[in-house]
Amino acid sequence: MTTQLSSVSEVLPPPTERYTILGWLHKNLFSSWFNSILSIVAGSFVIVVLVGIIKWIFVSAQWAVVNDNIALYMKGQYPGAQDWRLWVLIYLAALLVGLMWSNYFHRVDVIAWVLVSIFLVLTIWLLLLGKAAWWKLLLVDGFSIVGYSLGQRFPNVSKRLTILLLLLYMPLVLLIIRGFGTNGFIPQIGTNLWGGLLLSLLLAIIGIVFSFPIGVLLALGRQSQMPALKTLSIIYIEVIRGVPLITLLFMGQLMLPFFLPAGMTIDRVIRAVVAIIMFAAAYMAENVRGGLQSIPTGQYEAADAIGLSGYQKMLNIILPQALRTVIPVLVGQFIGLFKDTSLVALVGLLDLLGIARGILANPSYIGRQLEVFVFIALIYWIFSYAMSYAARRLEVSLGVGER
Amino acid sequence: MATNTSGQSAVPIWRDERYLEIIAQAVVVLGIVALFWWLIHNLLTGLESLGTPLSFRFLGQTSQFDIGETSLEYSRNSSYSRALLVGLVNTLRVSLVGIVFATFLGLIVGVARLSSNWLVSRLAAVYVELLRNIPLLVFLIFLSTTVFHKLPKVQEAAHLGNWAFLTNRGIYIAWFDPAASYTVYRWVLMVAALAAVVVAALLIRKGKRTGRMPLYWLWAFVIFVVVTGLGWFLMPTPPLTSNIPSLQGRNFRGGISLTPEFMAIFSGLVIYTAAFIAEVVRAGIQAVSKGQREAASALGLSGFMTLRLIIFPQALRVIIPPLTSQYLNLTKNSSLAVAVGYPDLFSVGGTIVNQSGRAVEVILITMAVYLSFSLLTSLFMNWYNRRTQLVER
Repeated sequence: MTTQLSSVSEVLPPPTERYTILGWLHKNLFSSWFNSILSIVAGSFVIVVLVGIIKWIFVSAQWAVVNDNIALYMKGQYPGAQDWRLWVLIYLAALLVGLMWSNYFHRVDVIAWVLVSIFLVLTIWLLLLGKAAWWKLLLVDGFSIVGYSLGQRFPNVSKRLTILLLLLYMPLVLLIIRGFGTNGFIPQIGTNLWGGLLLSLLLAIIGIVFSFPIGVLLALGRQSQMPALKTLSIIYIEVIRGVPLITLLFMGQLMLPFFLPAGMTIDRVIRAVVAIIMFAAAYMAENVRGGLQSIPTGQYEAADAIGLSGYQKMLNIILPQALRTVIPVLVGQFIGLFKDTSLVALVGLLDLLGIARGILANPSYIGRQLEVFVFIALIYWIFSYAMSYAARRLEVSLGVGER
Repeated sequence: MATNTSGQSAVPIWRDERYLEIIAQAVVVLGIVALFWWLIHNLLTGLESLGTPLSFRFLGQTSQFDIGETSLEYSRNSSYSRALLVGLVNTLRVSLVGIVFATFLGLIVGVARLSSNWLVSRLAAVYVELLRNIPLLVFLIFLSTTVFHKLPKVQEAAHLGNWAFLTNRGIYIAWFDPAASYTVYRWVLMVAALAAVVVAALLIRKGKRTGRMPLYWLWAFVIFVVVTGLGWFLMPTPPLTSNIPSLQGRNFRGGISLTPEFMAIFSGLVIYTAAFIAEVVRAGIQAVSKGQREAASALGLSGFMTLRLIIFPQALRVIIPPLTSQYLNLTKNSSLAVAVGYPDLFSVGGTIVNQSGRAVEVILITMAVYLSFSLLTSLFMNWYNRRTQLVER
């Protein structure tokens, strides 16, 4: 025994690759002469661009156009005295994010830290501007921490709570933002005062929430055996997918009044929302159909064999599997929808882009386009990227492609 | 579809799925027909009471407005239908050129993203993630207002040598003008092209026979250059003269001119769509199994040869369907040209709506045109898919 052991210990371990900085550089940047040239060219390009950007941000850019109008970008003309309503919704969202985070994303990685630090930087920047009281911003963090620890402490209860809150959140948002009555606790605020990021987010969220069930129904219609339903679904999907969103929005603004009986009018924001929902539903349907087609026939037959009705079969067997496989595509589409809400600026609504154009029309901000567009592009980017990041995590935690 | 054929315990009609299906469909169809009838009835009566009943006769009236750039003959005395046609041609122009450039850029970025060079692949990833997460409209307005309308004034134009001038009125690039002898030279060009094609075909045949494929495209290119070069020197006068833009009065004349509006929508569409195409290309390349790459390097093929001969032909089957939908997206997105002032179909349509008040008709025409683009494309796609699908079992 002992001799054997000693002989084993004398055998050298296999040579491990040693990760040195030089080794890494050689492997990843200078493995061949062609790669070396590429690295040098790309490296100098990066340096030049970065230096230019940093110089611009800290030296030549004049951020007054952003700093002075931050409230406009965020909520348009929404009256300042009613801000607390928005804060309540933000706290609720923070709580939800904390809950979801602890229930579905079990690990915290680098990108999460990046997102958190972007959020922190924004917080600090807002604080420096004195635009928002520090305790309000701290409360946001506080609520998400509360949500997270709730999720960790009571995993079973909090999962149900999360789903309940998620379902309730949407109607609650609309109720609180719109309000009712003239001089009650939360007086009504007309949609003409909604604007900025608030309007963009509302359009996107309403669009997602309503287009999803319609899209699923259309997908089922297109897959169904009933010829009339199938034809109607196909016609709807193909027609809507064949035209640009902007034509639908213009149709909503210019043509819809003609379609309604005389005297009946619909709010402009709602007209835009309807166009967005109609548009998104068709794309949603095609994505869900992809998921439905990926379900093997055996699943349908098995559901039939245990005597489920058509309704039970779809709801309990087919859809849960089909939707899980298309999560990445669906989130990609949600991101697209959020970006597409910027088109309502072309029909005169004051969403984030519309407000930005309005601010640039102010003579005191002539020539400040670069600052404004970089700022709003950054906002769009943060939200879209956060969505795609959350999707990737959700995919991992639901085990897409593993089961 | 549980059906019971035994006569006694037959399912009653109100629980028989076959009847229920028919009834459900009938109800839905009737409901939709009624809804449409109501909507269209409202539309027709509404238009009637406004004094503009639905009709497309107004298309023959003169338009009374100018269009910034026209590829066809057009003036303010032309008809509305002519104006729409000009817009359509502009849409096609920016879409087709955009598709070609976006494909190239997307291919490069997509391949770069899989590069073994860390810096290059990171750069490509940053490009893709940056552009995919901002709205196209924001990007277009950004390009239009901060780049192409911020170029120097005509008098102090930025220039690359003598052949390209960048100004806020547009970009001017030197080009060629056919001279008198060009009519003869055209035949030389045709003969050269024909010779190149014939040589390439012969070489390919030889390659197929012997199993050693010669560099047929290189030979074809050499033949083309030699023939056209010989022709050039045999001509009494050069068949093409260079047309260099120069400052005449208040603006540049000569060469090719590209308006800032065109440049904004064109470069915006190309840069934006390329990010999506890059992802399509990357997914396609990654779909080719690793064994193929390893087998290629075992055969001693170089990196480029592997990509060209092994990876791309197989990746193409995966790439083409999403690629066409990106092309379609680009075409539909070109309607955002209205935000940067490029007179495409949608933008011209908007002007006509303002001018004539015929919103319903113009929107219907515009939608029909975009719809026919996408239906044609999907017809082509179905045909292509049937052709290239792997036949299994």
